Amino acid sequence: MTKARIELRHGAGGGAMRALIERVFVDGAADEARDGRLGLAAMDDGAAIPLGDRWLVLTTDSHVVQPVVFPGGDIGRLAIAGTVNDLAMMGAPDVLALTCAVVVEEGFPLADLERIQASMRATCIEAGATVVAGDTKVMGRGELDGIVLNTSGVAITDRVIPDSGLHAGDVLIVTGTVGDHGLAIMAARHGLALEGALRSDVAPLNDLVRHALAAADGTVVAMKDPTRGGLASALHEMAAKSAVGIVLDETEVPLTAEVRAAGELLGIDPLHVANEGKAVLGVRREAAADVLAALRAHPLGRRAAIIGRAVAERRGSVVVDTGFGRRLLVEPDGEPMPRIC
Amino acid sequence: MGSAVRALEFRDPARGRALARTLARLTQEIGRNPVSVMHVCGSHEQAIARFGLRASFPHALEVIMGPGCPVCVTDLPEVDEAVALALQGVRVATYGDIVRVRGTARSLADAQAEGGRIDVVYSVTQAIELARRSDEEVVFFATGFETTAVATAAALLDDPPPNLSILSAHKFIPPVMEIVAEMPATRVEGFLAAGHAATITGSAIFEAFVAQHGIPVVIAGFEPLDILAGLARLLELIRDGMPRVANMYPRCVTDAGNRVAQERLWRVFRAVGGCWRGIAHVPNGNLRLRDEWAARDARRRFRIDLGRAVDGTPHTLAPQCICGDIMAGIASPDRCPLFGTRCTPQSPVGACMVSSEGTCRIWHEYGGHPDLGATA
Repeated sequence: MTKARIELRHGAGGGAMRALIERVFVDGAADEARDGRLGLAAMDDGAAIPLGDRWLVLTTDSHVVQPVVFPGGDIGRLAIAGTVNDLAMMGAPDVLALTCAVVVEEGFPLADLERIQASMRATCIEAGATVVAGDTKVMGRGELDGIVLNTSGVAITDRVIPDSGLHAGDVLIVTGTVGDHGLAIMAARHGLALEGALRSDVAPLNDLVRHALAAADGTVVAMKDPTRGGLASALHEMAAKSAVGIVLDETEVPLTAEVRAAGELLGIDPLHVANEGKAVLGVRREAAADVLAALRAHPLGRRAAIIGRAVAERRGSVVVDTGFGRRLLVEPDGEPMPRIC
Repeated sequence: MGSAVRALEFRDPARGRALARTLARLTQEIGRNPVSVMHVCGSHEQAIARFGLRASFPHALEVIMGPGCPVCVTDLPEVDEAVALALQGVRVATYGDIVRVRGTARSLADAQAEGGRIDVVYSVTQAIELARRSDEEVVFFATGFETTAVATAAALLDDPPPNLSILSAHKFIPPVMEIVAEMPATRVEGFLAAGHAATITGSAIFEAFVAQHGIPVVIAGFEPLDILAGLARLLELIRDGMPRVANMYPRCVTDAGNRVAQERLWRVFRAVGGCWRGIAHVPNGNLRLRDEWAARDARRRFRIDLGRAVDGTPHTLAPQCICGDIMAGIASPDRCPLFGTRCTPQSPVGACMVSSEGTCRIWHEYGGHPDLGATA
């Protein structure tokens, strides 16, 4: 395997990426079980370390996106929301602090950097978070493509929610429409004339999650944000880690008319593309209605919907009920490519 | 939620379930197990797989995909010719699907790695633009059934630049239905014909086939309800022992078809016999340029030297590939020992896993297991 090289699909959020991480990074991280911490081997949205009878949750994420400014957001908003959401997905919506490292290419317009910074600040205010430490590096022209932002975050919570907590019978709720971010980026990147109607959903979800958890009283058992790889990858991961099957009711998955049309036109399944302002919650069946109502009462959760359930059969698989029949949902391998350029 | 779904009349699951019950009743009334019907179109297979329709079919109903992927049935020597031209330094423009399909020893992608110039185009129009912008010889390696052949014909009739020629691997669907109908292993009792091809050929083209073979043909569209309704009509005709042509896609297909398109097609092409990969020699199954177009015919314009193109070893796993049986409708992809393990879209062995119209590729994309009726 000495000839093997990193390919783009290794970063696309699907099975290839998990295999790479397991092989290169997780292998050898042997101090996992110590003090019950949730570390690299759990491959969750973040780590959780016991702190007395509470948990310290921490996470880090590097952000690259082309174009840097896209319909509905920019890389600054993405970098703050991404890390805040990773903390929230661990059950830790109250952000203690964030850090931000910027690596920028020589020649990058200062005005763009200022705009990104303003966007980060605005998103922090929205999320009730602050950046308390930072770092800036400049690299030569051509040594990177524009700008890379890395954000880390810490938070404290009483109860960690892993993405592996589903049991047969639990209900799956998505907090709103899916596919918006990925298709908006794709349309912008390929110069498709559809872009006006498509907007990224990028947003910090911690306030929404706080509301849902308050209504749930311990009945939210699993959470994940369906970023790269889309809802398909998120459900696959939840099914595999929880050792349950998942049945997805495709006709219940909320989609905007624009995403539906763009998906049909480009031959891209909205279930396979990234979201940056949505979460999937696994909820005990008896509490599903209450959690759904709490989500829908929040501005970011108005189109929340029950989209499926965990079952005891077909562990590790996701079955799609299309309304006409059933099939297995496949995880995307690599970035979905539009049928036309 | 799902309001946009409900606004689309063709995506009504309640009607779908009603049609599925009709299929179950008709299959039972026929009383044989299995009742095998065949479609010959990648777009039909995509819709069947995408919507999980096989899970709603009765167990006794077998819906088989026949030779409906034009890239998959393109024969090895046809790919070899394109590879040879590329290796000879001619610029070859073609559809993306065929670039990774191997001929005897090489694919066009291999030829590109060895210095050949390959341009992926989305239509013949793009190949013409390419030729117009260039002084070099550009060969359009033309694959596809009569639907895309009409586009190639129209392009030639529209006086393209003199440096453009055509290497035709176009195929004509109606004759291959005769071949498959006569294969003892397939036991096909009815055909679901592709709606888009029939918009050009018209529904009447199937009358002679039905009269000769006594097998009904139903023309169907590509929405899930189109397919379910088409199958229901086909099963009715089988049950009643009434071999005839039924047009279940009348919103697009007429009896006579698109006469202008047909006239253009046959002004440029003639039907000749030839091999379809994995199937057989198909009389009148290949579309080749007529003599009047010899100057545009890459086979006559260039001396194609196959030497280097066929020099090499085939894929080591090729002997285990059952693409031929799959395209003939004798086996389904999950019967192949390589499917989904050693043969994947990232690392395909057979053409059926390369092309987006190939049965294996479609099955793989939509989960690989068509029958999930039993899951909770």
